[in-house]
Amino acid sequence: MSEAALHKPWRSLRRQREAAEFGLWVFLASEVMFFACALTGYAVNRVLWPEAFAAAARETNVLYGTINTGILLTSSLTMAVAAESARAGLRRLTLVCLGVTIAFGLAFLMVKGLEYAEDIEKHLVPGPGFRLDQPAAQIFFAFYWLLTAVHALHMTIGLCLVGTLLAQAWRGSRPLSSPAFEAAGLYWHFVDLVWIFLYPLLYLAGRS
Amino acid sequence: MTGLGEDVPLTAGAIWRRTLPVWAALILLLGATLGLAYVPLGRFATATALGIAVVKGGLVMLFFMQLRKPDPLLRLAASTALFFVAFLLILTFADVLTRSAPSQPGTVMPRSQPELPATGQRGF
Repeated sequence: MSEAALHKPWRSLRRQREAAEFGLWVFLASEVMFFACALTGYAVNRVLWPEAFAAAARETNVLYGTINTGILLTSSLTMAVAAESARAGLRRLTLVCLGVTIAFGLAFLMVKGLEYAEDIEKHLVPGPGFRLDQPAAQIFFAFYWLLTAVHALHMTIGLCLVGTLLAQAWRGSRPLSSPAFEAAGLYWHFVDLVWIFLYPLLYLAGRS
Repeated sequence: MTGLGEDVPLTAGAIWRRTLPVWAALILLLGATLGLAYVPLGRFATATALGIAVVKGGLVMLFFMQLRKPDPLLRLAASTALFFVAFLLILTFADVLTRSAPSQPGTVMPRSQPELPATGQRGF
């Protein structure tokens, strides 16, 4: 089985696995810079208008945000278990955990959709008729929509990746010892990591 | 030197025993950060929330993203981004926090409140 997972330029599966993870980390480093730019913009504006940002952050739905954080943290658990059980050759556990990870990912997007619908209803979209008086509160919500939408896009890509791996593992067209399971896991955990920082910045600011 | 760590768990029980405690810690930290958000900590509120986020992120990176494994190549690649994010934040805030209107005549300050002296104390 490990022979089938080994590809041409590498002499051992260990090397191949390290190369796959290294490539993923370099990609994730560029992703970190991408999110860091938006977060630095958020930080600068929050320093300039602390009261407006606190008032705006109080308008977000902390219940939905907390539920989604719990969902994502748990999906990271099942993804980690899926990657490790693929490595150990445990087919059934791998398939179940990949499936559960997809279910959690879809649940996250569903909750996010409910939250977006509520935000639109409460006139929290920057522009004419915005709910709050302070002009800078609209800047907070510009960052809110940008960051959560880009994060949801990453979630969708992650769901496609995990779905593909689940189908391949199910059909048996990808051996379980393939480094792809750990590589997809790294991406999934990164999307979780981004949310871990978005949660306090967007939902918990200005609560006390 | 085991490179990519060959001591991988081989049974379902061993895998769960390794991952479940990390998840439990993450959920506990989530509860802590939610609870502390409603405690009036003043200027330490943001620092506390971000500090807990850093701990959660550290747990995810170390245990779920396998940075615990002694592989210098992966650790180096993972820390490079953080290194440059530090530069990004330091250089940006070296500008933002030290600006004052009189020192830059003609600059329109993007501020909706009365001018405060630039003491560098207004951060978060």
